[in-house]
Amino acid sequence: MNLSINYYSAVAIVLFGIGFMDLLMQNNLIKKFIGLNIMDTALYLFLAAEGYITGRIAPILTDGVVDASYYINPVPAGLVLTGIVVSVSVTAFSLALVQRLYKHFGTLNMDEIMRLSREGESE
Amino acid sequence: MQIEWIFLIFLLASAIGVSVVKNLFLAVIIFMDYSAIMAIVWLFLESPDLAITQAAVGAGVDSILFFLTLKKVHALKGTREE
Amino acid sequence: MKEKKNALQKLKQWIDGEITFFDAEESISRQQKKQQTFCFPKFSRLKKAQTSPAAYRLFCMGVAAIIILALLAVVNELPLFGAAEDPTNNEVVERYIESGIEETGAINFVAGMILDYRAFDTFGESNVLFLAVICVVMLLQKDEKNYNALEEREIQEDELFDKKSGKVLIRCAGKYLSPLVMLYGIYVILNGHLSPGGGFSGGSIVGAGLILYSVAYGHKKMQTFFTMKTFTIINVTCLLVYCACKSYSFFTGANHVGASVPKGIPGMILSSGFILPLNICVGMIVTCTMYGFYSLFTKGEI
Repeated sequence: MNLSINYYSAVAIVLFGIGFMDLLMQNNLIKKFIGLNIMDTALYLFLAAEGYITGRIAPILTDGVVDASYYINPVPAGLVLTGIVVSVSVTAFSLALVQRLYKHFGTLNMDEIMRLSREGESE
Repeated sequence: MQIEWIFLIFLLASAIGVSVVKNLFLAVIIFMDYSAIMAIVWLFLESPDLAITQAAVGAGVDSILFFLTLKKVHALKGTREE
Repeated sequence: MKEKKNALQKLKQWIDGEITFFDAEESISRQQKKQQTFCFPKFSRLKKAQTSPAAYRLFCMGVAAIIILALLAVVNELPLFGAAEDPTNNEVVERYIESGIEETGAINFVAGMILDYRAFDTFGESNVLFLAVICVVMLLQKDEKNYNALEEREIQEDELFDKKSGKVLIRCAGKYLSPLVMLYGIYVILNGHLSPGGGFSGGSIVGAGLILYSVAYGHKKMQTFFTMKTFTIINVTCLLVYCACKSYSFFTGANHVGASVPKGIPGMILSSGFILPLNICVGMIVTCTMYGFYSLFTKGEI
């Protein structure tokens, strides 16, 4: 079984599933976006776990050793670093949208918002 | 049993806690906690860059934005003494 | 047969001049009717066949379970965690690490990667941050359309709360803590090519320090040195400087050939070519973005 050795990836997948369930089943919009954030971090955890190599150190020059077999893989770290900051801007944008929705409908419940918008259309 | 397992289990527990808890204020606090634990997990994966960024962004700015939104939608009743 | 007869009769009538085949008014009104009756299938119509919540929940759980199980099955087949023979550790990584120091001059290989080999990626990302702030400004800026008396009153209450002298603890924390936080953030930005950190993390730390200051001393005091104008000037200048710095590799024949930027001694603070100025640019953009989000979310203006 590779699953017991790839436990970081397995935990990342389970976290992804939890975030996905949040997105699908929560009624509250803020909880939906927390679920989206959890999905984000789960993906980053998966990427970083792929780059890790046992017994090697972080990709910063130490003791003057310039050898690829001494450091872990720096590519996932670079990708995730940009991803984390982008996820903040996505969160801020979506929360701004949530505030505007609250101003218009007066609620954060997704079902209520759908019902109110449907009533507004039929009138 | 390695110490990483403890943090991973905490991670899963806080992710489930966010989904289960009813109070929005508590949910955001648990999410903050989740981000802080994630920052420690990055250190186990030998990525200090990510740890610093996650601690500053996930536990700091992200949760501030969530709290401000909660305040704007009046979900924080009783947290301030008038 | 009947239709044919009708057609013949109509033809006769037309020849006699009793009816006209092409009636302008009628065709126009018919077209208008068509336009009125034609509409896209609306979401609300689809929604009329309501599914019960329990069925929806079951369906969601099924979909999520299928996705999780499929992904776990894939993880089961992936190369082992921490194995050095992982195909992701290919010659790209060797190149980045083994010739990274002489090509970029940065000790932190991650900084050398994201700000030298893949600098345009980071440039696009800085633009994403800028665009996000612009979108939030569009959504939340104070104006007549999204602003009513209730919110005015809430903001006035907040200002009164700011003025109250009861916030001893947070004032004290803001006074002594926020300079330290900002100093640490500036250290992280300036040492981006020598130690973990860099523009993104340092910028968010400085932004958090600014937020702490703003919480402690109120928005009015913050506006004495940080307004929308300073925000725009800093952001646009940093983006332009970044663009100009990174375009040198195009003008000098791509891939740094013939670029005469001194690399310096690896390990010194003034080394590694353009990485230090680029880190400062990114840090300032991220700082402005973080503080801008906070300020727009609280007061609706920067």
